[in-house]
Amino acid sequence: MTRRQGLIAILWLWSAALFVLPLIIVLKISVAETRLGVPPYTAFFDAAHHVTANTENYSRLFTDSLYVKAYLGSLKTAFIATLIALLMGYPMAYAIARAPAHRRDLWLLLVMLPFWTSFLVRIYAWIGLLRPSGIINTVLQALGIIDAPLHMLNTNGAVYLGIVYTYLPFMVLPLYARLEKLDASLLEAARDLGATPWRAFCAVTLPLSMPGIVAGCLLVFIPAVGEFVIPELLGGPNTLMIGRVLWNEFFTNRDWPVASAVTAVLLILLVAPIVWVQRLQARGDLAP
Amino acid sequence: MSAGAPATLRVADVTKCFGAVTAVDAVSLDVRANEFLCLLGPSGCGKTTLLRMMAGFEAPDSGRVFIGDDDMTATPPHARPVNMMFQSYALFPHMSVEGNVAFGLKQEGLRGEALNARVKEALAVVELEGLGARKPHQLSGGQRQRVALARCLAKRPRVLLLDEPLAALDKHLRERTQRELTALRHRLGISFVVVTHDQDEAMAMADRVAVMDRGKILQIAPPRELYERPANRAVAAFFGDVNIWEGEVVAGNKVHCAALQIAFPVTDLLPVGSRVEAAVRPEQIAFTSIDALLTGVVSDVVYRGTASTYFVRHAGGAVIRVARQNSGPETFQRGDTVGLSWPTSAVRVLTS
Repeated sequence: MTRRQGLIAILWLWSAALFVLPLIIVLKISVAETRLGVPPYTAFFDAAHHVTANTENYSRLFTDSLYVKAYLGSLKTAFIATLIALLMGYPMAYAIARAPAHRRDLWLLLVMLPFWTSFLVRIYAWIGLLRPSGIINTVLQALGIIDAPLHMLNTNGAVYLGIVYTYLPFMVLPLYARLEKLDASLLEAARDLGATPWRAFCAVTLPLSMPGIVAGCLLVFIPAVGEFVIPELLGGPNTLMIGRVLWNEFFTNRDWPVASAVTAVLLILLVAPIVWVQRLQARGDLAP
Repeated sequence: MSAGAPATLRVADVTKCFGAVTAVDAVSLDVRANEFLCLLGPSGCGKTTLLRMMAGFEAPDSGRVFIGDDDMTATPPHARPVNMMFQSYALFPHMSVEGNVAFGLKQEGLRGEALNARVKEALAVVELEGLGARKPHQLSGGQRQRVALARCLAKRPRVLLLDEPLAALDKHLRERTQRELTALRHRLGISFVVVTHDQDEAMAMADRVAVMDRGKILQIAPPRELYERPANRAVAAFFGDVNIWEGEVVAGNKVHCAALQIAFPVTDLLPVGSRVEAAVRPEQIAFTSIDALLTGVVSDVVYRGTASTYFVRHAGGAVIRVARQNSGPETFQRGDTVGLSWPTSAVRVLTS
């Protein structure tokens, strides 16, 4: 076995042990039935060695409107949050890429700085900022700008804030990597040929940074769809996201089969955009 | 403005500093109609900055830039009737050859048949018909250069600015492209301003060459004049090989050089006693056995194909460069004692 094959074998083992195997277990549970006991689901084969698998859990997902609403809610939340992150991240990445070389490292460090603190701690910090007796309300009231505390915590807005705040670096970094490589003389050429700064941006910078846009959007969108902690801690009672449903099925209802089915469908929802992007890349539409 | 043909582009007393460095220092320059002008100088002499100020990418700290009769000092690049070809060509990698050439025309609002006709015309000028659908990365270096040229020409600029247009091409292609550029300029009737660090390139292509050093124009003249009558030592040294000796003007309109221990006649009339530098091109010096101005020993010979350069060491220590065509039968070896002479007209007196 060559060195190269050895390295590839490690990769295969890694994904087999940590992705394929758990996935098979999840799929197996998703076609079982719930029962009281340990484990809390029926075996794949009954006493007579007959397969007990059925797709009842999946049909429940599509007949019970709760699940459909939760999926749509997650997709909508993730989509809007990704859009906001893109609109915020693009100017940031652009500014860093155009900054003098000795400043860039500092700006990039600042972008990544939040990662040095635990994610959970940072979300709790937002609770401290947003709650009715929190820092923002206290300051605004002390300044006489508002009379009563603003209701900010436990709203959909707080969920968007939390997701954008958490995943913004994942948008900025791939965009920066792309924009930094962009040859500045291309923009000058566009200007020279009669394009206004805005048209030069649209015709040159934007299409050439498209691979960075796609990568950044996937890196934000995918974890945002399955997000549980942020809607749980910052969201309100009407924040319906599939991550919360999943948690409830597992821990509150102890319905592992339905929870597994929810996971399986979520996985398909998330794999679809990745496959689509890879197709585009293979066709050469994205990489110029 | 100079007499005769009106200037297409005029730079008046332009200065540009980057931090503490003065890149362009109070430069004035006229580009005449249908002229091929070279900005020549070592890297960092300010030639590219000057070109970029003509295109509008750099704003001068002081001074003005006129295109035609209009003051365009404050006009942004997209509104100037000049186009620039970048050293890297700066072709848009995500657009086809046609897309690249059409880009500038679309900015003018051209669409449909009129647009296609102009694109075809520009590609025909650079002989790239049939490659319109290719992407830049599918082209050779020479073809990319032509696309960049076509992209500029399609805009029908009044002045075409070229930043080291031949630097990225191999030697063979460079010579061919030189001739094509000169031919193109005669055909199109527009002015060319070319930045280059290669004096051979400048001499081969230009009507006039502006020799730049440290942000200033040292001399601006046709190539022959620069070579034969350089204004100062830097210009003389920049154009080919030259022997330069310090000396003092003595009676009889001669210059006495201490290093050579001789006095030789010069054509220029100079006050006796003034200190000057005398320049003689290596190819103007001849080997001779009779009436030699001085004698020396051949210390080195560098063979260059059509000619050889002989380094002749004089008893006083000075080393004289002599260039000689390799067509004759006689050659000299290292160690040979030779006599040297040159015609009076070959001596150019430089004053600093």
